[in-house]
Amino acid sequence: MSYVIDRRLNGKNKSTVNRQRFLRRYRDHIKKAVEEAVSRRSITDMEHGEQISIPGRDIDEPVLHHGRGGKQTVVHPGNKEFTAGEHIARPQGGGGGGKGPGKAGNSGEGMDEFVFQITQEEFLEFMFEDLELPNLVKRNLTGTDTYKTVRAGISNEGNPSRINIIRTLRSAHARRIALSGSSRAKLKEAKAELDRLRREEPDNFGDIQEVEAEIQRLSTRIHRVPFLDTFDLKYNLLVKHPSPSSKAVMFCLMDVSGSMTQATKDIAKRFFILLYLFLKRNYDKIEVVFIRHHTSAREVDEEEFFYSRETGGTIVSSALKLMQEIMAERYPTNEWNIYAAQASDGDNWNDDSPICREILTKQIMPFVQYYTYVEITPREHQALWFEYERIGESFADTFAQQQLVSAGDIYPVFRELFQRRLAT
Amino acid sequence: MTAKEQKRQPLSTGSEWTFELIQAYDREISRIAERYALDTYPNQIEVITAEQMMDAYASVGMPLGYHHWSYGKHFLSTEKSYTRGQMGLAYEIVINSDPCIAYLMEENTICMQALVVAHACYGHNSFFKGNYLFRTWTDASSIIDYLVFAKQYIMQCEERHGIDAVEDLLDSCHALMNYGVDRYKRPYPISAEEERRRQKDREEHLQKQINDLWRTIPKSADKNSERDNARFPAEPQENILYFIEKHAPLLEPWQREVVRIVRKIAQYFYPQRQTQVMNEGWATFWHYTLMNDLYDEGLVTDGFMMEFLQSHTSVVYQPGFDSPYYNGINPYALGFAMYRDIRRMCEHPTDEDRHWFPDIAGSDWLSTIKFAMSSFKDESFILQYLSPQVIRDLKLFSILDDDQRDDLLVPAIHDEPGYRTIRETLAAQYNLGNREPNVQIWSIDRRGDRSLTLRHQQHDRKPLGESTDEVLKHLHRLWGFDIHLDTLQGDQLVKTHHVPPKTEHSEGDYGRLDLAVVHL
Repeated sequence: MSYVIDRRLNGKNKSTVNRQRFLRRYRDHIKKAVEEAVSRRSITDMEHGEQISIPGRDIDEPVLHHGRGGKQTVVHPGNKEFTAGEHIARPQGGGGGGKGPGKAGNSGEGMDEFVFQITQEEFLEFMFEDLELPNLVKRNLTGTDTYKTVRAGISNEGNPSRINIIRTLRSAHARRIALSGSSRAKLKEAKAELDRLRREEPDNFGDIQEVEAEIQRLSTRIHRVPFLDTFDLKYNLLVKHPSPSSKAVMFCLMDVSGSMTQATKDIAKRFFILLYLFLKRNYDKIEVVFIRHHTSAREVDEEEFFYSRETGGTIVSSALKLMQEIMAERYPTNEWNIYAAQASDGDNWNDDSPICREILTKQIMPFVQYYTYVEITPREHQALWFEYERIGESFADTFAQQQLVSAGDIYPVFRELFQRRLAT
Repeated sequence: MTAKEQKRQPLSTGSEWTFELIQAYDREISRIAERYALDTYPNQIEVITAEQMMDAYASVGMPLGYHHWSYGKHFLSTEKSYTRGQMGLAYEIVINSDPCIAYLMEENTICMQALVVAHACYGHNSFFKGNYLFRTWTDASSIIDYLVFAKQYIMQCEERHGIDAVEDLLDSCHALMNYGVDRYKRPYPISAEEERRRQKDREEHLQKQINDLWRTIPKSADKNSERDNARFPAEPQENILYFIEKHAPLLEPWQREVVRIVRKIAQYFYPQRQTQVMNEGWATFWHYTLMNDLYDEGLVTDGFMMEFLQSHTSVVYQPGFDSPYYNGINPYALGFAMYRDIRRMCEHPTDEDRHWFPDIAGSDWLSTIKFAMSSFKDESFILQYLSPQVIRDLKLFSILDDDQRDDLLVPAIHDEPGYRTIRETLAAQYNLGNREPNVQIWSIDRRGDRSLTLRHQQHDRKPLGESTDEVLKHLHRLWGFDIHLDTLQGDQLVKTHHVPPKTEHSEGDYGRLDLAVVHL
């Protein structure tokens, strides 16, 4: 007797735990591979996983077995020309081990590396492993997944604990009136008729009996309308709203003056994207504001931010002023976590740098979670860098600046900037 | 009028399967199997998806296993080769249990499903129920319960002692898994109920025994000294894990229980490792026979049969030694050829058969083949039944590779003087005793440094493989004290391994090894 069972709907990820165990065991290998991959691949393709390979010998499970050598006799199929007692030359690369002549061709294909695929999720997990935005904890006490339950009216469905009794009885009442209205009117008439008959024609038993039967019939009909029907039940409706603390805004500030080449902008872009990906994992809702500036600043969309060309001098404070205005207007600090990343080649109109420090210190730094400044230049630092260094001194926890030279520097610098710190 | 017109309607014409169709095929196949009196456990056929098949694959054929990274590794490599199309998934996985569980994959056509039902549910199933090794070594009715017990127990250990401690212990046990079987003693069948009931008693009892063995309080009189100085164990022990479980001085009771679980699971798989050719050959022989009978009765269409033959021939394909696809002898091909040949010898014996197999030639094929299935393992099966005909068909020849000689020798080929040699060599090749190095526990130093000495009896100068030191480190972790391994050729000591390595004794090829950390 056989039973056929459909198991297709059973969980299909029975191996998840074992897979996690494996990743856990080889986390050092994987992390190294991930770090290499990050510096190699362009940041725009962070959207897929990575192939990890681990040297086979690190992963083998040892067992007691025979090694090569000694005297071994092995039977093979498919003889063509050999005769008993014949001596044949040892094939190259075979080196004994009981491998017949045919094995020689295959011996080069040994699997030296154990190669497997990790998902994008896992990839980013490894990449961000000990990175954590400083002060994240502070503003983000409730966590990203907290919701507030809010009343949102009445619904016809729900669970019994949420029954709204007043509404329910009201609708039951209305239904009873609607269903029994005509019967009640007739009943009233019949009762009046009975009274009249009793009063005026007490001997007319036939009619009285008839009216009494009618009254009986009508009242049973009225009684048949149920007091409460499932149809009447009303429930309080509750919906979840994400709590506002899981919102973040990221300001991207970039110098687009003539001195910034496309290559420099590309490096800046990668830095911004990395920051964006990082925030995405920590906040439900992220808005990005792009501000570009030369001598004056403008809020633009992403495309224009990275790719349109501008020329002219550089006044950094214009961008900072604009950022401050946007913050005040659209992103109240009690609702938004504000992050800012500024990229520049370090050029600024010299008299402007102290103004920048002024704006940052007074109007921006007190309100942002974190402000990063990357200077993409192989040259000597200029006034702006030194002014920013002074800001760094007064806002050590929330301000960071780094210098980048090539795309390969981004990841180490990124790690450096967001190195896990103890939340204070 | 003609045979064709008498034939019945085919069960299906398309390639799509439905549950009703699978049941219909199963009914017909079961009816035909009954004609051959195949004795089977009840079948539980489970339809699963490709992902689930990969899961089943990764747990090395156990329907449920404890968690361990090595299964994750297995899963990752399966997943990779499957998603890249380098490898098709197995059509079926069948579990030696009562009822016998067979997995069918959703993606297959009805023809493949029917093939798998015939192969697994009637072929493998009857083998599990009939073969003496399975009957002695495994208890099909309790294996699922035992695996549930093992999984839960190991999960509890992880909660109590941490994942790392359990993982290290399992790593060490897995390294010695093949040495966790009594080869010559009949084991007790495993039963989950019994295990649970006795586990508590055993913990206490075991600890007492161990304490006794390692007692350091001096005995009052000298009368025991002779017994005391005797070698322990008195006889070499082949079951290393059993020895560890019973005698390792430092293990805690839960650790002994985990060793026992690994040992019991090794025992469950032991018959499978010894009957690969027989088991696969038997299942292939029956799917071939049953499907052909279905066709003869007109229950399947020509197209169905073509599809079946296409997969059947690729299953039993044996590439020659010089083919790039050659990867040893295909157990399906060898087993199938042998069972078919036994049937041929019974039904149409030649003079050669009468000379070589006087008992078989012309006898009743069904009882002969069933006897062959039930009473042998690969080694003895080949020794008993490999006929000159099969040797010629497969063009078998042997190669002698002696590392002291420059060239290879062909000692025998598929001709009259060679048949017996080929048969013996091939049979020896399937002898687990030959395939695995003969390593046994020789002695422990009870009154000294508590070191454990193993002996490797070398055969034909075959050395131990390169992972031996790693295995010894694992053994060291379990035992807790020094491990020595002596390799003997005859009575002559040829090589020694030590964990931790003996520095003053430094041998050229033995680098300083880091000690495996004892987390236990």
